[in-house]
Amino acid sequence: MMISPELFQQLIFYVFATFTVGSAMAVISVKNTIYSALFLVLCFFNTAVLWLLIEAEFLAITLVLVYVGAVMVLFLFVVMMLDVKQAKASQLKQSYTKAAILIAAAMLVELMMLFGYKLSGQIPTNELIRQEQGYSNVQEVGMELFTHYVYPFEIAAVVLLVAIVAAIMLTLRKRDGNKQMDAAKQININPAERVRIVSMKAEKGHGQDRGEES
Amino acid sequence: MSLQHYLIVSAILFVISMAGIFVNRRNVLVVLMSIELMLLAVNTNLIAFSKYLGDVQGQVFVFFILTVAAAEAAIGLAILVVLFRNKKTLEVKEINELEG
Repeated sequence: MMISPELFQQLIFYVFATFTVGSAMAVISVKNTIYSALFLVLCFFNTAVLWLLIEAEFLAITLVLVYVGAVMVLFLFVVMMLDVKQAKASQLKQSYTKAAILIAAAMLVELMMLFGYKLSGQIPTNELIRQEQGYSNVQEVGMELFTHYVYPFEIAAVVLLVAIVAAIMLTLRKRDGNKQMDAAKQININPAERVRIVSMKAEKGHGQDRGEES
Repeated sequence: MSLQHYLIVSAILFVISMAGIFVNRRNVLVVLMSIELMLLAVNTNLIAFSKYLGDVQGQVFVFFILTVAAAEAAIGLAILVVLFRNKKTLEVKEINELEG
């Protein structure tokens, strides 16, 4: 039996969408914070596959590289560095789980009503646009980014720079007894203060005597 | 895959992450993770609409959102590290006063 490409695509979509939703639920319900960070990584991978399915290749790869490669590693570092205690079951019970489920269910019902009932005639159900072979998503995004959006692009670079400086400044800690050098003091030193010439009588040491004998 | 599929998936993701913010009484880290999930849902929406309209500008916006989200995560985690140094806890219940 041959599976048609459309059916195969749908199969992939449903499998990965299920994994995405399941791992998102695991992120918020697992007790151990490290596990929830790892489930978030799984969620990002599955979403990247969903993005690949509608031919947003550049952003899918960027999601894996930037989020999984950088942000989630940072999260894991912080989780392991901070030694967070595991939540106890009793602690979870007295939380706002009921209220949260109520709010989430209400919002979900509203959104589904919107999609399924109110907008059912307006949202077209045809396939998202399929590009012909030889189409390059990276090229298209790059053309747009470096022509119309080149100024926002540079502002984004400045935002990242500010983030680096802010993160370093926030976590910088001065320890006591640090043998750090002060560059300004070193440059501003005056030779007259540094070398002190003391006049005193020359002393006859033992070494000098021995030198005369030989 | 039609637009509707992607809209529904991202709506479910958004609702889950919002519930995660409400449920969470343990530590601020999981709240930050929920915010990342929310941004992911929004990005999925933007990409689906960008493909639906055949306009690449939506994807450029997703690129900028990813940039800003990375900066936000870095600064947020730095603030959390400083907070943990001062208070020795990350529980949401314990963090209820302004003075460090």
